[in-house]
Amino acid sequence: MSLVNSPDDLAARLEKTGYLSDEALATVGFLAMELGRPLLLEGEPGTGKTALAEALAEGLGLPLVRLQCYEGIDASQALYDWDFPRQILHLRAVEAAADGRLDVDEVEGGLFAERFLVARPILRALREAPVVLLIDEVDRADDEFEAFLLEVLSTWQVTIPELGTVAAAVPPVVVLTSNRTREVHDALKRRCLYHWIDHPTLEREVAIVRSRAPEVSAELARQVVELVHEVRGADLVKPPGVAETLDWARALERLGTTTLDVEAAARTLGVAVKYREDADRVRAALDRMLAG
Amino acid sequence: MTAAGVETTLLGFTRALRAAGIAVTQDRAQVFLAATARVGLGDQQRTYWAGRATLCSCPEDLPVYDKVFWAWFADDGSTGTAQRPVMPMPPSKQAPLGEDDADAGEGGPGDDLVVRVAASDVEVLRHRDIASMTEGERARLARQFARLSPRPPSRTSYRRRPARRGTLDTDATLRRMLARMGEPLELRHRHRSRRDRRVVLLVDVSGSMGPYADALLRLAHRMTRSMSTETFSVGTRVTRLTRAMRLRDADQALRAAGDVVPDWSGGTRLGEGLQAFLQRWGQRGMVRGAVVVVFSDGWERGDAALLAEQMRRLHLLAHRVVWVNPHKGAAGYQPVQVGMAAALPYVDDFVAGHSLAAFERVLEVVGDA
Repeated sequence: MSLVNSPDDLAARLEKTGYLSDEALATVGFLAMELGRPLLLEGEPGTGKTALAEALAEGLGLPLVRLQCYEGIDASQALYDWDFPRQILHLRAVEAAADGRLDVDEVEGGLFAERFLVARPILRALREAPVVLLIDEVDRADDEFEAFLLEVLSTWQVTIPELGTVAAAVPPVVVLTSNRTREVHDALKRRCLYHWIDHPTLEREVAIVRSRAPEVSAELARQVVELVHEVRGADLVKPPGVAETLDWARALERLGTTTLDVEAAARTLGVAVKYREDADRVRAALDRMLAG
Repeated sequence: MTAAGVETTLLGFTRALRAAGIAVTQDRAQVFLAATARVGLGDQQRTYWAGRATLCSCPEDLPVYDKVFWAWFADDGSTGTAQRPVMPMPPSKQAPLGEDDADAGEGGPGDDLVVRVAASDVEVLRHRDIASMTEGERARLARQFARLSPRPPSRTSYRRRPARRGTLDTDATLRRMLARMGEPLELRHRHRSRRDRRVVLLVDVSGSMGPYADALLRLAHRMTRSMSTETFSVGTRVTRLTRAMRLRDADQALRAAGDVVPDWSGGTRLGEGLQAFLQRWGQRGMVRGAVVVVFSDGWERGDAALLAEQMRRLHLLAHRVVWVNPHKGAAGYQPVQVGMAAALPYVDDFVAGHSLAAFERVLEVVGDA
């Protein structure tokens, strides 16, 4: 079963959800689905890595299952766990109802039944496939967790000792994101298709603002994006991402701004620039930035 | 073109990439073939993206890929068959390495005297300033690095682990109850355990640090191999050395580091280097909660105010900042160089780094951080 027919088809579906991809991303995304491989996205924060997974799910009409990685995450937080309190309650109930006439094996068998299983994101993704599985910020997890992921992403199945093997009917569409705080292990990288997302070009970013925030006028959208591109060139601690551009455009629109001037930009700067040093630097250069 | 011809061209391309320094494994090459088949070979743009996604694995690979791709598929719009010259290897600069043949005279069979002499010789070597050593002495010193035993700094973990005392572990207690058909016979406890902290090493590779570069990289190698460590060189540019430092053999690791660092013995622009490092890696979380060790003599040619500002940021992000200065071991040393003076307010531990004994002390400071 093919989810999409071509890179162009994928780009069109993403565009319908308001996510504007480019030739590169559409090609890589199409290939990931065709070859049944996870897509590893790296790039500056705020370039739309996570948003791509959301748009993919919406565009393909599939549920999105999200796994947020963090330091110390382990398999029981990604796969499944047993609902112990409910098991105890069940045990007590059976005991009370049976009044001494118990078959021990049967009771024990009943404890590790489906209804006591707490499915976590990866197990859910395997069971409910086709889905889009987002494994967010995989660089935050530990090496051991990466090894575990590698196994699941290669075989698309896991074994629960008490219940048996759960295998995905079709491989889920997997998107992994990384902010490069730590190098992702080579073995995991080899399993994935790799794509580096840059900040969008001026034209594309204007189109993104127009598509995601249609209430913002074409003129204001262009002005905000032009200013953001100037700001990104100013060597900041944290350059604003696309999400900040969108927030800024929306904020200005809500304040009734029609033409972006120094005063309006300075007043709303905190929407896009979030370090004191950066704000000082941008404020000092606003005149020049808006003139240029 | 025949299918076999196409395959030859594509595989030739992967070989050219490998020659240019991108780690293209056999399985990756196969995925690349499968990928180009899916997007159609006639489309050069898509072949480009298919290759980039399947053969590259980090941003550093991308410019190399670009160059090789356009050199390989240059003239016509489709995939050509002619074998093109393979891209030359990037020029390799080698870190100074000790020779391996300085064993002569050491350890005659069962000769106690010789052994003792050799041992005291090693003891002297431990305390000698590395900058004053001859090539032979350095080579002997190089082998002593294996004896260093780095110990990772640790912090309290967010996660709890089973323990004899601590807070009640309800899950484990209930699990025990299950095994006893619901009788709460045994209480289980857990408490927060210790976790290793990440260590980040920033090695100044400018000209004035030249005599120490070899020893510092050996120290970095020992640390990288024995605990969670990220290593960077800072000179006129910032280069990540972690991958090179992970190689098992120290000499190989140093050679690999020599190949990737473009600015050995250049000028010192620590402020700019730190800024680039923080923007590219530090800010994103690598430094957060980590122990950062800066190996530098603090000779700054750039803007001292910038260095101070970047050190302040580093200090805010990191758990602890350790500055290792080879000159601090010298009698009468005063941290009056512009760079050192600017950085010092933001340094938690200021230690010497001129000899093996000093390095042992550095490892202690890092382990206790």
